[in-house]
Amino acid sequence: MTSHTILYLDDVSVVFDGFRALNNLSLFVDQGELRAIIGPNGAGKTTMMDVITGKTRPTGGTVKFRDTDLTLLDEAAIATMGIGRKFQKPTVFDALTVFENLELALKAPRGPMACLRWVLAGEARRRIEETLEEIGLTARAQDRAAILSHGQRQWLEIGMLLMQDPELLLVDEPVAGMTDQETEHTAALLRRIAGTRSVVVVEHDLEFVRALDCKVTVMCEGSVLSEGTIDQVQHDPRVIEVYLGR
Amino acid sequence: MSATTVTLPATPRVTLRLVLWGAVLALALIPLLNQLPESSALHVGDFIVSVTGKWITYAILALAIDLAWGYTGILSLGHGAFFALGGYAMGMHLMRLIGPRGAYGHPVLPDFMVFLGYQELPWYWLGFNFFPYAFLMALFIPGLLALIVGYLAFRSRITGVYLSILTQALTYALMLAFFRNDMGFGGNNGFTDFKELLGMALNTPLARAMLFYASLVALVGSYWVCQRVSISKLGRVLLAIRDAESRVRFLGYSTTQVKLFVFVLSAVLAGLAGALYVPQVGIINPGEFSPGNSIEAVIWVAVGGRGTLIGAVLGAFSVNALKTWLTTAAPDLWLFALGGLFVAVTLFLPRGLVGLFSRKVQK
Amino acid sequence: MKRHLSGFLPFLLLCCLAFAPARAQDAFTTALPGLAGSFGQIAEAVEKLGTSADPRALPLLQALQDGRLLKREDGTLLIQTAAGTTEVLGGSATEAGTAEAVRVNNRVRGALRGALGSLQILSTDPDERLKAAEAVFRSRSADNIRPLETALSRETVPAIRTQLELSLAASRLASPDNAVRLQGVAALAEVTDQNARALLLETKAQVPDLARQIDAAVAKIEGRLRVRQVVETLFQGLSLGSVLLLAALGLAVTFGVMGVINMAHGEMVMLGAYATYMVQEACRGTFLAPVALPLAIPAAFLLAAAVGAVLERGLIRYLYGRPLETLLMTFGVGMILQQAVRLIFGAQNREVTSPAWMQGVMTLPGGLQLTQNRVWIIVFGLLVLGLVVAAIRYTRFGLEMRAVVQNRRIAATMGIRTGRVDALTFAFGSGIAGMAGVALSQIDNVSPNLGTGYIIDSFMVVVFGGVGSLAGTLVGALMLGVVNKAMEPYAGAVLAKVVVLVGIMLFIQRRPRGMFALKGRAAEA
Repeated sequence: MTSHTILYLDDVSVVFDGFRALNNLSLFVDQGELRAIIGPNGAGKTTMMDVITGKTRPTGGTVKFRDTDLTLLDEAAIATMGIGRKFQKPTVFDALTVFENLELALKAPRGPMACLRWVLAGEARRRIEETLEEIGLTARAQDRAAILSHGQRQWLEIGMLLMQDPELLLVDEPVAGMTDQETEHTAALLRRIAGTRSVVVVEHDLEFVRALDCKVTVMCEGSVLSEGTIDQVQHDPRVIEVYLGR
Repeated sequence: MSATTVTLPATPRVTLRLVLWGAVLALALIPLLNQLPESSALHVGDFIVSVTGKWITYAILALAIDLAWGYTGILSLGHGAFFALGGYAMGMHLMRLIGPRGAYGHPVLPDFMVFLGYQELPWYWLGFNFFPYAFLMALFIPGLLALIVGYLAFRSRITGVYLSILTQALTYALMLAFFRNDMGFGGNNGFTDFKELLGMALNTPLARAMLFYASLVALVGSYWVCQRVSISKLGRVLLAIRDAESRVRFLGYSTTQVKLFVFVLSAVLAGLAGALYVPQVGIINPGEFSPGNSIEAVIWVAVGGRGTLIGAVLGAFSVNALKTWLTTAAPDLWLFALGGLFVAVTLFLPRGLVGLFSRKVQK
Repeated sequence: MKRHLSGFLPFLLLCCLAFAPARAQDAFTTALPGLAGSFGQIAEAVEKLGTSADPRALPLLQALQDGRLLKREDGTLLIQTAAGTTEVLGGSATEAGTAEAVRVNNRVRGALRGALGSLQILSTDPDERLKAAEAVFRSRSADNIRPLETALSRETVPAIRTQLELSLAASRLASPDNAVRLQGVAALAEVTDQNARALLLETKAQVPDLARQIDAAVAKIEGRLRVRQVVETLFQGLSLGSVLLLAALGLAVTFGVMGVINMAHGEMVMLGAYATYMVQEACRGTFLAPVALPLAIPAAFLLAAAVGAVLERGLIRYLYGRPLETLLMTFGVGMILQQAVRLIFGAQNREVTSPAWMQGVMTLPGGLQLTQNRVWIIVFGLLVLGLVVAAIRYTRFGLEMRAVVQNRRIAATMGIRTGRVDALTFAFGSGIAGMAGVALSQIDNVSPNLGTGYIIDSFMVVVFGGVGSLAGTLVGALMLGVVNKAMEPYAGAVLAKVVVLVGIMLFIQRRPRGMFALKGRAAEA
């Protein structure tokens, strides 16, 4: 483990009733790295995200964020440490406005009393407005999230992820339901973010992965099948067999 | 569960505030009108004063339930227990104040203890002769119970109907426990025959009026606290928890902490309501713990419109007005009406009376 | 053959009835003159009467003992009672006149005591025999040893035999002879009875010589008493558990399988109990009366199932996916059902009587006594469980039900009418609750709020056992029943309940999904 490894998974297994969702998975992500993860359905991509964010406890193995053992923490603690997650199915708070959704995600003290006393000051307001600009929802800031389109919800969720100001972003299928133009925009956004933070993107869309232009990890049956550039993994015979052989 | 907050446009919001203060003033007039000679056209009978005073405490209980259920999605079917515990704490104070005026004339022990052969006051009764202590306990005990139960439940992520069943079992267990004589709370009969409070004889118009105003102040105060919570960022966190709790957790909020905060606050408000209720009705017994009471209080909130504070208050008043009228006019029909309310509100009026009203406003 | 026998048996019975009194009368009349003779003759007559088993011998000897037996000069015997004087033979009323009391001496008194005891012990009425045997146990006199031995040699009813043996052993303890006493100690050591233990300890205080043997016997008794106590508690626990099981099984289907939280479930149980009452009233006085209870089972099932189906189609289905609203709505429905029943049948309890074959007490070896109706309820509970398991596992309906639960959309595309399956499943669960009502009508008051007492417990059972697991429901119900009953002696019934409720709350801390939790991805959702 090098000094600038930020996420460290070693020999991680998750077993549900005898079914091995993760099978001795090992994965390292460096600080500031952008990493794409691909793999067929049931390869364990989402389960891996669940393990990192504390939703699922691993049956065995080591999961570390810098030097902290993540298996001992709950979701909230892991999130406040600086790991943000965007879900496959966009989940935003329908009862709140777009602005309020971002305000909730904004990095700030999270305790109940702190929330009760919270006053939206100029700096925070400016950051929210910047992000609104970035995700193209400025005009809809006061609309309730319930009435957004699917693509807009995706953007709002990415926006919430940015507001959290995390060191590591886990992004699950960010471009599902987006137009080509939006997809391009998203890829550019993620590439830009990656300079200062680490980003792990799970995606099916190979064109999008190519656009990310980063190291690719192929997962299959709960472990890593292949790693390298997109061209390398596309020519790896094991990957070809998994994707085409059956 | 769909969104049920009602955000009104600016003008109706001002109107709403006027209506609210108007209602508070109208309520405040009731004990004054009671003082008018009976011949006066504006005279209000004793019955109206006592029954309205009781409803005000119910409205506080409704606010407490709404904060937990309407805003945070915690459907507690055991809030009657917090209400009753607050009531019992106040009841203990009132019992101590009876002093040697009891039927057995014992200087310290309440009648039921003399009857059951107690030699001395149990330790947990000590201090209840001081009003400030008793009042504090009326808030502290429900809060503490909510803290323990809430901690255990929220920590292990017991949500939804499981939490409802658990809290119902809680109040049921407490009811069984309080029925026992050896608990030292008067068993079956509970506490009654109170004489005085803070130097006022309880059966005088003055005491009735003072209790009425105390309840009204408590209602306004509780409303203010709940509103303070609901318009803060905490209020938005609560709505977020109600609609998608796990997502809130991934944002880094400890939902356990937040829910615990709200649950305890809600229990304290319920305890306050109970403490004000008991001296007004003059009795408290284990029946107050019965699960039916708690769920009836939930339906007040549902009828008024959950997720809005005004709805909770409106529901408490309107359902209880209906109850008071119907239980004398056609007692057999009351349970049909109440049962029917449960069905009608959940099926046809998910946003309650406030939902009806705000739809009209928006037109 | 069978037909022949059935004609022959009554005939045989008739013969016995005709001859038995005639023989007894002989012994009675031949013994009578002796009572007018010398002390020796009187004692002999008394002994003869003692073994006569004639119904008239008992009042006669009691009169002799009390000095109310009079004798005229001519030897005619008269009995004096508060009502007047009657002749022993013929029974006609008469005047006492110059007749004087038949006198007794010590020898006659001894004979009398034995004869009286054995007369009662040998009575043709089993109840009287049992009473006499119990009385002898209390009186504890060495004089009783012989009559008890005689009675024991004839007795055939097991319960009375047990009591006779106990009494015999007790009488032996009263003997002055240590060897006989030891016989008694040895016999009592084999009895599992609180009284035997007390008796032995009493004897130990009186006869220190036998302390060692008695201590050994007491230890033996206490060991067996403890075992019996455990078995009894277990039985009571299982009995309560089977009641919980019956009440919870319906919930295991509606809540466990469908995920519908039905707070009116208790009212379904209540309806079942009222169905039992109605069937009983309809059958009263007809030839169907003895089988009213079995007839009530399908009636209760159908009534509750019909109400359940209407409830599901009419109301609940509009609230699928909104469990909290379903909870409130069904609570309201429960209220309405309760009030409707209260208006129709009245608020007071209705009485459902148990058929004769369910009444009474079953005595197992070791003196263990089980109430029959409790035994039946355990059997019934297990039968209903079997029925539910079979219906879910092996029927077309069960298959469709499981399919709809697992994936509603795919089930619909395969041609399953999901709405119909929902209605049937809910009706099925409600019907089971109705059958629970039949059982509850046997042990609880049939009143409009019958169900409210069980609803919370049943939910606890389902949650404790693991939602969606029938095995969990079974184990959960039985465990809660046994724990409840096991704690009762120490904590009292109410506190035991409170402790169990708190215990469950703490238990779901460790296993929020119950004992038999579903694991894996499905459970994560």
